[in-house]
Amino acid sequence: MELFKANTNIDFMAVRKPALAISLILMVLSVAIIFVRGLDYGLDFQGGAMIEVAYETPADDSAVRASLEKGGFHQAVVQSLGSSREYAIRIKPQQGEAQAAAMPPADAKPADDKAAAEAAPPADHAANNKIADEVLKALKADRADVVVKRSEFVGPQVGEELRSDGLVAVLFVIIGIMVYLWMRFEWRFAVSAVASEIHDTLLTVGVFALTGREFDLPALAAVLSVVGYSINDKVVVFDRVREIFRSSRKGEPYEILNRSINSTMSRTIMTGLTTSLAVGTLFFVGGPALENFGLIMLIGIFIGTLSSIFFANPILLWLGVSKQDLMPQTKEDPELARMP
Amino acid sequence: MNEFPRWKYALVVLALLFGFLYALPNMYPKQPAVQISANRGFTVDGALKEKVQGILETQKIAFTAVELEGDRLLVRVPDLETQTKASDAVKTGIDSAGYVVALNLASTVPGWLTSIGAHGMAWGLDLQGGVHFLMEVDQKSVVDKQEQHYTDELRSLLRENKIGNSRAERGAQGVVVTLRSAEDRTKFAGIAGKAFPELIITEGATTGDAFALVAKVRPEKLKELALNTIRQNVGTLRNRINALGVAEPIIQQQGDTRIVVELPGLQDTAAAKKVLGATATLEYRAVDMTNDPATAERTGNIPPDSRLYRMREDGRPVLLKKKVIVSGDELVDASAQPDQRTGTPAVHVTLNANGGKKMLDFTMNNVGKNMAVVYIERIPEVKIVDGKEVRTATVKEEVVSNAVIQGVFSKQFQTTGLGSMKEASETALFLRAGSLAAPVDIVEERVIGPSLGQDNIAKGLLSVVIGVTLVVLFVGLYYKLFGLIADVALLLNLVLLVAILSLVQATLTLPAIAGIVLTLGMAIDANVLICERIREESRNGSTPMASIKGGYEKAWATILDANVTHLIAAFGLMAFGSGPIRGFAITLAIGIITSMFTSVTVTHVLVGLIFGGRRVKTLSV
Repeated sequence: MELFKANTNIDFMAVRKPALAISLILMVLSVAIIFVRGLDYGLDFQGGAMIEVAYETPADDSAVRASLEKGGFHQAVVQSLGSSREYAIRIKPQQGEAQAAAMPPADAKPADDKAAAEAAPPADHAANNKIADEVLKALKADRADVVVKRSEFVGPQVGEELRSDGLVAVLFVIIGIMVYLWMRFEWRFAVSAVASEIHDTLLTVGVFALTGREFDLPALAAVLSVVGYSINDKVVVFDRVREIFRSSRKGEPYEILNRSINSTMSRTIMTGLTTSLAVGTLFFVGGPALENFGLIMLIGIFIGTLSSIFFANPILLWLGVSKQDLMPQTKEDPELARMP
Repeated sequence: MNEFPRWKYALVVLALLFGFLYALPNMYPKQPAVQISANRGFTVDGALKEKVQGILETQKIAFTAVELEGDRLLVRVPDLETQTKASDAVKTGIDSAGYVVALNLASTVPGWLTSIGAHGMAWGLDLQGGVHFLMEVDQKSVVDKQEQHYTDELRSLLRENKIGNSRAERGAQGVVVTLRSAEDRTKFAGIAGKAFPELIITEGATTGDAFALVAKVRPEKLKELALNTIRQNVGTLRNRINALGVAEPIIQQQGDTRIVVELPGLQDTAAAKKVLGATATLEYRAVDMTNDPATAERTGNIPPDSRLYRMREDGRPVLLKKKVIVSGDELVDASAQPDQRTGTPAVHVTLNANGGKKMLDFTMNNVGKNMAVVYIERIPEVKIVDGKEVRTATVKEEVVSNAVIQGVFSKQFQTTGLGSMKEASETALFLRAGSLAAPVDIVEERVIGPSLGQDNIAKGLLSVVIGVTLVVLFVGLYYKLFGLIADVALLLNLVLLVAILSLVQATLTLPAIAGIVLTLGMAIDANVLICERIREESRNGSTPMASIKGGYEKAWATILDANVTHLIAAFGLMAFGSGPIRGFAITLAIGIITSMFTSVTVTHVLVGLIFGGRRVKTLSV
């Protein structure tokens, strides 16, 4: 079975200028979306309210979750505590309440130490009690034998250090990939790959921000996997570019880049398909815990595949990749030894 | 030409065997249990086992087994309700000072598997839940520490300004400064107010020629300190738990004074509890070199800026300055290592930037003098008074080290002169345990359920099964025989991945499972590359055998480059250090390595086995 014609010969490079222009516009748009609209950070990053409730007789955790869902708490985390009579419920602060917690009311007298202390985030007791009351109301609608044992603010699961560590990690990844591609290929390939990485990540996060879904830890993991997937895709095409440059006599870059894209085409689509099959199922069947992961990966695979063709290779051409730069320099190179 | 030396076949068979053996423990479910470990000076033995068994029998608490495993006792119980009951019964029945009783989820893996080091993966908090500790930070000690600090500061300020016949002491209201005249009082109130704007200074009572000033720390400042204290403690606890090797814990602030620690199913909860509950703090202080401690002890005549302490090992008296140089919360790490020059036991200490600066200031002027480490331990007690729980704590202060300052140092230094490596590692342990900003007590311990509901877990697992099945079917249909070979390799990859994750004791969370699925989806990439290359080669007119050979050879360079760059990205994520992301990255990195082996070596060996002895005209690819 073959889904694609064996020898496609599409002139992808002909559209390189509009393609690059569109990519740049989309990047700017993504940055704008991320900064203006922002990401809806989940409980993992923000913290929220923690409410402990107790029932008189055992209750089922999915029933508790269903009651909360009915009461309008959609992303509540419900965990049994010790037995099936007691539950810990974690809820992200609602938009308005989060702001109220962050900004103490203007009319609070600064001299009143106690009031100042109470209003200071994150320990906004009033907002917390309000949530607790609403939760109790939602739970009582289904079962009357429930009481609130404790309601408090909980801090985020991932600390501040994730931000600084994350930056270091991203830099490490970029520099590591650049150095490797520089050594194995050439500096133009390194630059093009890293530019494509940034392009793919920005666009993926931008599109995800448009969906308005909650950005949680699995979502972060997915964004980082998009980086891995996309670099994989670029390297496969680059590898072919190098190979054709080395074996062809003429070494006309425009034509060679087109040939490389065409000859790796069926592989690019096949791998895109198999990976999409796996992560697509996570999105459609995986339930609330995995659908964000699946969605981001789907978006990322789509963007990554397109950028391998319309972004990474046009940049290579634009940077002036040539046959001389790619010829093996040492005699030990096995490919040179094999040549007649 | 597509045949291999024997050792390559043997390697594949060995990998297969290894994979199945080490992945097997994951088939055994975990069981609720109560774990009992001994504190120093107590032992877990047959007598304790019988005692525990007796307690459970007399209280008619059902249990499936009581087992002695090395230095711990495991009571296996049928369900979670019984677990709480059994834990409470054992706690009240045995000497609470001598033993740590903790809830646990024990493995049911048979002995022959554990004896070869095969253990099941721990399931994460999202899939299985774990042990939940609620810890209370002692905020009173924050106030105490601050008042002590300002007492010292005001005393130095009095001395600097040469205000004679004055005292600074801690009173019920705050710091009380007693001066000899009203003028002195007004003057000093001005000086102190300027030097420490965070203090509220009011005039106190005047009795005879004693004119008092009362200094209190501003409530906003205390509030801010309390928040910082919690934050620091969360950080310290996080470090301690990471040092235990527990993957993917949750450590969160809860309310104003509490910290939640949740650990997924782990081997030794009692050890975790001990480490969490090590509620000591420590202080570096200068040794008073001008006065003799023995005389001071005998006469009771202790200089005003010094205090009498005792050594931990022999109770000898030591006179230390009241002013603290560096306290435990500024300590980053302490480890026992032999001294690089002399090879004698030593403790290497690393301070944070602030602590390092203070240490530099101090050591510049004090080379050749002694410095001591005071270890302050809290022993929490719970009493029932009028039906209510009352928490009190007794405080024990001891000097654990008293050494000569050999040179000027700041952030990093080492303490030598310890008797043995054992002593060095004990001191290091004390130092590390003492790095909390304020003492914390465990006030609640429960087994917590999975944070994802059962139905969500079921959905997640179902999607994983469907996803992998779809990939397997699609590849099998599209690449026919070579696709089926790739499928075999894919399933072997899954087994190997699970085996290695179990071996390194990774924690299985839903994101990690997503990582596994993603790895499998991408592992097929190598086979796609190979199959497409084989197709290309045969299209170009090569014989079937030459096509296979050429396909594998040419695809290899691409697979290597693609996987190495992908691996660099995975290692970058590992550096994140944050639980769930790190777990995900570990899964990804291991998956990339195993997939290179299964997708290339294993499939090539299988192809060799199938085509090796035959002449083929066409390839089923």
